[in-house]
Amino acid sequence: MNTLLSSKKPILKVSNLKQYFIVKREALFQPKQVVKAVDGISFDLYPGETLSIVGESGCGKSTTGRSILHLDEPTEGEILYKDVSLTEMSKKELRNIRGDIQVIFQDPFASLNPRRTIRQMLDEAMAIQKVLPPKQREARMLELMQNVGLRPEYLERYPHEFSGGQRQRIGIARALAVNPKVIICDEAVSALDVSIQAQILNLLKRLQNDFDLTFLFISHDLSIVKHISDRVMVMYLGKIVEISDKASLFKNPLHPYTKALLSAIPVIDQTIKRERILLKGDVPSPLNPPTGCRFHTRCPFATDLCRDEEPLLRELESGHLVACHFAEKLSAI
Amino acid sequence: MLLFILKRLAQVVPVIFGVTLVVFLIMQMVPGDPAIIMAGEGASTETVEQLREDLGLNEPLHVQYFSYIGNILQGSLGNSLKNNQPVLDEILIRLPITMELAFFSILITIVLGLTAGIISAVKPYSVSDISVMVVALLGISLPSFWLGLLLMYTFSIKLQWLPVAGWDSFAHIILPAITLGAGGAAIVARMTRSSMLEVIGQDYVRTARAKGLKEHTIIYKHALRNALIPVITVVGLQFGSLLGGTVIVESVFAINGLGRMIVDAIRTRDIPMVQGGVLVASLVFVFVNLLVDVMYKVFNKRIDLN
Repeated sequence: MNTLLSSKKPILKVSNLKQYFIVKREALFQPKQVVKAVDGISFDLYPGETLSIVGESGCGKSTTGRSILHLDEPTEGEILYKDVSLTEMSKKELRNIRGDIQVIFQDPFASLNPRRTIRQMLDEAMAIQKVLPPKQREARMLELMQNVGLRPEYLERYPHEFSGGQRQRIGIARALAVNPKVIICDEAVSALDVSIQAQILNLLKRLQNDFDLTFLFISHDLSIVKHISDRVMVMYLGKIVEISDKASLFKNPLHPYTKALLSAIPVIDQTIKRERILLKGDVPSPLNPPTGCRFHTRCPFATDLCRDEEPLLRELESGHLVACHFAEKLSAI
Repeated sequence: MLLFILKRLAQVVPVIFGVTLVVFLIMQMVPGDPAIIMAGEGASTETVEQLREDLGLNEPLHVQYFSYIGNILQGSLGNSLKNNQPVLDEILIRLPITMELAFFSILITIVLGLTAGIISAVKPYSVSDISVMVVALLGISLPSFWLGLLLMYTFSIKLQWLPVAGWDSFAHIILPAITLGAGGAAIVARMTRSSMLEVIGQDYVRTARAKGLKEHTIIYKHALRNALIPVITVVGLQFGSLLGGTVIVESVFAINGLGRMIVDAIRTRDIPMVQGGVLVASLVFVFVNLLVDVMYKVFNKRIDLN
């Protein structure tokens, strides 16, 4: 897998991406506060793969997705799509390229306009990105409905007439309508029942094969990540702490935070004994992140070095990167 | 849809009963004897007594009320105590004037309110937003009789652009319509702003952006149409207070509309005139509400009217 990836050129290259938000002052003379939602992350996304971003809520995973889409203008950093910088594009150029990178949101109730029929949604998407001339769109719409497992007569219906799973299928059909290369799935199945989650995940996998899609899969659910990913990226407080291919990460997590996360995956088989690593305290506020390694306040192995010096993301094994001063020592534990 | 409209029309009957009863009882409780007012200050007791008898004012209350209702069902609102002319004739002359005023006021409410609300919502917390909202706050706070006088002073007396009062040409409509519509416009502006801001934060607006839609299309085609639903409610309610407002504005600008007619009738204890005027105003309000409910259905596919 790693050799395969390194031989390919990344379809999306994110370098030193920062996304800061200014928080409204609570008192008149209070200095303006800045939330560093994403604070300097770099990673590559390779064509055809599924890269998952995992982490607790507030770690910056959704913000990363939105910054790539330029739904929020990134504060700093560069996003290259097929070697072209999205950050430097004019608004018009950006609009034209939007068809290539699509998004599926978490809440299928909120992500569809309640006043438009499915036909209007799909048709509009194709019209803007000039995917097909009007006459050929009808056939394409029927094909899309079939692709996501919805009946063609549903085209005339409004979103409120569907169940959660069906709506998410509509969201997927809408994303597919513009022939995207990359789809950012922002917690795309989190709002669904487990049985429906499985259906949608399998649908996504099938579509990935059929249409040669690349997924950036944002999730907090490690079981799902384990099922769908090729590679996994773990984020904590706006930073990447570990990034690796799935097998290596789940078998041999190097960062203490990843270890703690993995130990939290529920296991159905009661006979399997395992040690749970319980982290103490809450995630520190991104308004005022800890110095040095951001995880040191909750890390059972933290030393003075961790408090003072921020660990860099470094490649410990081939394709397995980690940001921890003591990763070598800890991997033995 | 048709069934819904029929049901709502059937509901008009009890509403009208209630309105007539309340107005009838209030007029009974108001101090002042219509017979004395009609006969004049120096009239003799016999004349007043004769008048009372002629007008049926000596009958028991329920007899008076039911004979009134009976007349309404026969299409008569009675005769004015003042000049003995049919109340309905007077109302038919006055109503179009008030409706014209109400129409232009609500037009100002909608156009001004929506525009201001959209300007505010597109760039929240910007200078344009804050200035629009300050003006809106003023619009809500200023009483219409004061705003009316202020406009009259500025545009009619100082600048001499528009006529002071009366109701002859389109120029006469402008100031009263602004006076009457301003408060509503301010409320609609604030409502539109908050409703738009809520919709703009929705994922489907993000989806629309991610599709590559132009900002213009996103605001008008995706956001505004969804944001309009609560605004329609407010406009509908606004129409009610607008009808009430005509009473004041028509008095300020000396317009011979329904509102002024009712005020004059109350002053002279012209009971049939008051009752007729309020009845017609209530009917108008009930039908406007019905219209608003039908509009809901048009703007929100999720509402099932039945």
